Amino acid sequence: MSKSTTDAVESARAAESAEAAGSAEAAGSADERDLGAAGSQLSTAPREEALVNLPSLGVIGWIRWFWRQLTSMRIALLLLLLLSLAAIPGSLIPQTSNDLKVQEFRDAHTTLAPLYDKAGLFHVYSSVWFSAIYLLLFISLIGCIVPRTWQFVGQLRGRPPGAPKRLDRLPAYATWRTAARPDEVRAAALEVLGRRRFRSHTAGDAVAAEKGYLRETGNLVFHIALIVMLVAFASGQLFKSEGSKLVVEGDGFANTLTQYDDFSSGNLFDPGDLPPFSFTLNRFVGTYERSGPNRGTPRTYKAAVTYSEGVDGKPRKTTIQVNEPLKIEGSNVYLVNHGFAPVVTVRDGRGRVVFHQAVPLLPIDGNETSSGAIKVLDGYRDAAGKKEQLGFNAFFVPTFAGAGKGQMLSQFPAADNPVLALSAYHGSLGVDSGVPQNVYQLDTSHLTKFKDAKGALLKRRLAPGQTMKLPGGAGSITFDRNLQQWASFQITHQPGSGWALGGALAAIAGLAGSLFIQRRRVWVRATAGPDGRTVVEMAGLGRSESASLPQELGDLAALVHDRAPSAPDDAGTPTPDPQPQVAPAEGAKK
Amino acid sequence: MNLAATTNENLAHTSNVLIYSSMAVYMLAFFAHTAEWLLGSRSKVARTAAALTASGAASGGGRQAAAGPRVQVRTEGGGTAVLDRPEVVTRSATGSRDVPDGPGAHGGDAQGDLYGRMAVSFTVLAFIVEAGGVLTRALSVQRAPWGNMYEFNITFSTVAVAVYLGLLALRKNVRWIGLPLVTTVLLDLGLAVTVLYTASDQLVPALHSYWLWIHVSTAIFCGACFYVGAVATLLYLFRDGYEAKLAAGGRPGTFATSVLERLPAAASLDKLSYRVNAAVFPLWTFTIIAGAIWAGDAWGHYWEWDPKETWSFITWVAYACYLHARATAGWKGRKAAYLALIAFGCWLFNYYGVNIFVSGKHSYAGV
Ligand code: HEM
Repeated sequence: MSKSTTDAVESARAAESAEAAGSAEAAGSADERDLGAAGSQLSTAPREEALVNLPSLGVIGWIRWFWRQLTSMRIALLLLLLLSLAAIPGSLIPQTSNDLKVQEFRDAHTTLAPLYDKAGLFHVYSSVWFSAIYLLLFISLIGCIVPRTWQFVGQLRGRPPGAPKRLDRLPAYATWRTAARPDEVRAAALEVLGRRRFRSHTAGDAVAAEKGYLRETGNLVFHIALIVMLVAFASGQLFKSEGSKLVVEGDGFANTLTQYDDFSSGNLFDPGDLPPFSFTLNRFVGTYERSGPNRGTPRTYKAAVTYSEGVDGKPRKTTIQVNEPLKIEGSNVYLVNHGFAPVVTVRDGRGRVVFHQAVPLLPIDGNETSSGAIKVLDGYRDAAGKKEQLGFNAFFVPTFAGAGKGQMLSQFPAADNPVLALSAYHGSLGVDSGVPQNVYQLDTSHLTKFKDAKGALLKRRLAPGQTMKLPGGAGSITFDRNLQQWASFQITHQPGSGWALGGALAAIAGLAGSLFIQRRRVWVRATAGPDGRTVVEMAGLGRSESASLPQELGDLAALVHDRAPSAPDDAGTPTPDPQPQVAPAEGAKK
Repeated sequence: MNLAATTNENLAHTSNVLIYSSMAVYMLAFFAHTAEWLLGSRSKVARTAAALTASGAASGGGRQAAAGPRVQVRTEGGGTAVLDRPEVVTRSATGSRDVPDGPGAHGGDAQGDLYGRMAVSFTVLAFIVEAGGVLTRALSVQRAPWGNMYEFNITFSTVAVAVYLGLLALRKNVRWIGLPLVTTVLLDLGLAVTVLYTASDQLVPALHSYWLWIHVSTAIFCGACFYVGAVATLLYLFRDGYEAKLAAGGRPGTFATSVLERLPAAASLDKLSYRVNAAVFPLWTFTIIAGAIWAGDAWGHYWEWDPKETWSFITWVAYACYLHARATAGWKGRKAAYLALIAFGCWLFNYYGVNIFVSGKHSYAGV
C-alpha cells in the first residue's frame, strides 16, 4: 500500500469512529475511545449524558437523574446563559435602589408598573427568580466541584496512564531506531522527562509521563473561589450596616444608632456591633472650574475631619475625599454630599437671642441653589409676651445674579455673592402632632403669615450681615456673616469584603492557571526490533490540539535522541529523503 | 497658571491635528488593503476544495506546515527514516477537516502582496500619529486620556491597532484582519471627532483616582482584544460554512470563494479566536474586580448593579458561557462561536449603548 492510501484509509477510519462516537455519546470522547485509558481523564469535566436516558427507577432514581442533569456541563451552561439574560432587565428598568426614578417610572407607566411589581422587576437582583437562577447555578457548581476534586486527587495519587497500543495515532508522534538497548532508552527518557518536571514512570515497554496539573488545580481554585465570593457577599448582606449623617462644620458624629439621620442594616445585624468611633467636621472645601466651557464643574471636594478610634481614642486629623473614604474600626466613612448652612440669629420682641444656629439647606441644582426651613421651636415670645413658634422658608443662592436679574437661581456653586431669601410665619410648627416631620420643609397648616406693609407674605433677600425685622415688634432674623457649609457622610460596615476580595484574587489566579497551562501526556516506547535495533517511539497528547505540543515533543525527542542516537539505517529500506540533511547531527556537536 | 493654560490649549489643538492626520493615513491604509484584496482576487484558488476531496488525502499538508517543526513523510512498515533529529509527525484531531490555511488577502498575487505590505506600513505610520494624538491629549488634560467617550474612543482604536500590530510583530498570520480593522478604526475615529468630541478638560472629583488608570486601561485593552477575537470568530463562521459546503460537494459563489479562500482555515480561525478570548478573560475578570474596588472607594458600595456594572457582569458571564461551551460536547464549533459573538455584542452595548441609552453613575463625564 502506498503511503497516501494508508493515510486516506486511516483518516476515513478516524472520521467514521468519530461519527459513531458522536452519535453514541459526546463527540469529544472519540479520542478517548480510540486511545483507551491513555486519553482518559485528561480533564475532569463531567461526562455528558444524553437526555434521552430517562430512568425507569423509582424516586431515588429520579433524584439521582435530576442531580446528574443539574451538575452536567450542559445545564451549567444553560444556567449561565439564563443568568446573563436575567441580569438585563435590571439595567434597563429603574431599580428601588434609586427610588426617585422608580417613582417617575410608576407615574409614567400606570398599567405596566403593577405588572412589573408582580414580577419583581423593580428589584431584579433580589427577586425570587434571579436568586433561584444563581442559587441553582451554585448548587450545580458545588455538585460539579466535589466529585471533580476527588477525581483529581485520585489522579494525583495515581500515575499517568500507560501508553496506548498505537502511539502513531496520537496528535504528535516521532520515531527512530537506535543502537541503545530498550531499557537504556527508557532510563534516558525517564531522566529527560523528569528534568522537564513531568511526572513519569515506566509501565511495561514504555515510559508514561504527564505535566500541567496546575491547569486542573487552577480550574478548581477558580470555581471554589466563586463560591467563596458568593458566601462573602451573602454574609456581607446579612451583617452589613449602613447609614448617613449630615454634619455642619464644627459639629461632630459618634457612631451610635441614635446619631444617624437614616440607617439600614442586614437581617442579622446587631446594633451592639457598631464599632465605637467619632469624628468632627472641621471644614469642608469645594473648588470649581472658574472659566471655560466647563465653568462650574466641581474639581475637588474635601472634608477636613478630626477623628478618634474607640470610645476615647487619641484625636487625629485627616481629610475625607470622594475617592478616599476614612477607614476606621472596620467601617468606611464616605463623603457623599455637601451644601451650605447659613447661620441665622433670631431675636424676640425684647431683643433677646432665641435662636442662633447654622441651618443646613439642601441643594436643588448643580450651582447649589438650596432650600430649607428654619424652625424656632421654643424660647420665643411674641410682642405681647405670649409663647409661640416661628417658621421661615429659606432659599439660598451662593452666587446671586444681582437684583432684577431673573430668578433667584445661583450662578456658580461657590459662595461668591451669597444671598438668603426668607419668608416668615408664626404659630404652631406642628411638631408635637406625632407625625414625623421633614426638617427641610415647613408645614404651614397651623402657621400664620407675617404680613408686610402691603399685606402680603413678609419676605426679603438678605446679604450677609443684614437683618429682617418682623412686623409689630415681633423680633428680627439676621443672616450672619460666618456662612458655614455642611457635608454628609455615609458610614458603612460591610463584613466579608476581605473574603470577597481574597476570593476574587484567587479566582483570577485560578483562571490564569486554567487557561494558560496545558495539561499533556507524553509516552516513550522502546522495543527491540527484528533487526536487533531498538525502535523508539514518542508521542504526545494534549487536551486540545495545541501548536506547542508538537514543538515540545520535538524538543523532548531531541533530548532523548542525544542519549540514544539514530543507528545508521542498514536495513536498506528505500527511503526517499525529501529534505537534504544539512544540519549537523545533534549528537555530533559534542 | 495662564501660561500653563495656553500650553494646554496648544497641546489639545496639536492632539486634534494629529488625530485628523492619523485618519488620513488610515484612509491610505484602507485603500491599500482594498487594492490588495482586489488585485489578489485574480489568483487561482480552490486549494480548499482540493484538500477536501478524495485526492486531498495528502492530508493536512498545510496544517502540518503550520504546526511548527519540519514535516516528515512517515514511512510505514520496517523502514523508519534515519534522521539526525527525530521528526515530529502531527495529526489533527479526529473529525476536524484537514484544510490548509489560505494565502492571505493578497491571494498569492505578488502585486497584491506589495499593496498589503504598503497597507501595513501605512497602518504603522497612522498608529504612530494616532498614538501621538492620544499622548498630547493626555498631556493637555494632565491625566489619563480616558475621561470621556471621545478620549475613550481614540484610545480604544489606538490600542486595537496596537494589538493587531503586536500580533503581526509576533509573526502571527493575521494580516487578513487588516481591512476590517482599518475600516472599524476609521468608523470609530469618525464617530469620535464628530459626535463624541469633547473639549479637553480635567476630571470631576469622582474620577480622580489611580484606579482610573488601572480599571480603564485594562478595560480598553480587553475591549481591543475582544474585538480582534470577534472579527476572527465572525470570519470563522463564514469560512466554516464555506468549507462545509465544499465538503458536502456544493459550489459556493465566486465572490465567497474569492474572499474566503484567502482566509486561514476555519480550524485556525477558531483557534485564534479562542486563544484571544481565553487569554483576555482573566484580565477582564480583573477589570471588573478593579472597578468594584474603585466603586467601593468612590461610591461606598462595591457592587450596586449600576448599568455599567451590570453590563460588565453580563459580558463576563457571556464569555464564561463561551468558554464553557467549548468544553461541552455538542456546543463546540459554531454554537460556541455564536456565543462568542453575543458576548462581544454585550461588550459593545456596554461601551456605547449604556453610555447613550441608559443613565447611571458612570455617565457623568458627558457622552
Ligand atoms: C458560577 C458560574 C460559573 C462560572 C463563571 C464558570 C466559569 C468557568 C470558566 C471561565 C471556565 C474556563 C476555564 C477553562 O476553559 O478551562 C470554566 C471551566 C469549567 N467549568 Fe465552570 N463556571 C461556572 C460554573 C460551573 C459549573 C456549575 C460547573 C459544573 C457543572 C462548571 C464546570 C466547569 C468545568 C468542568 C470546566 C472545565 C472545562 C475544561 O476542562 O475545559 N462550571 N468555568
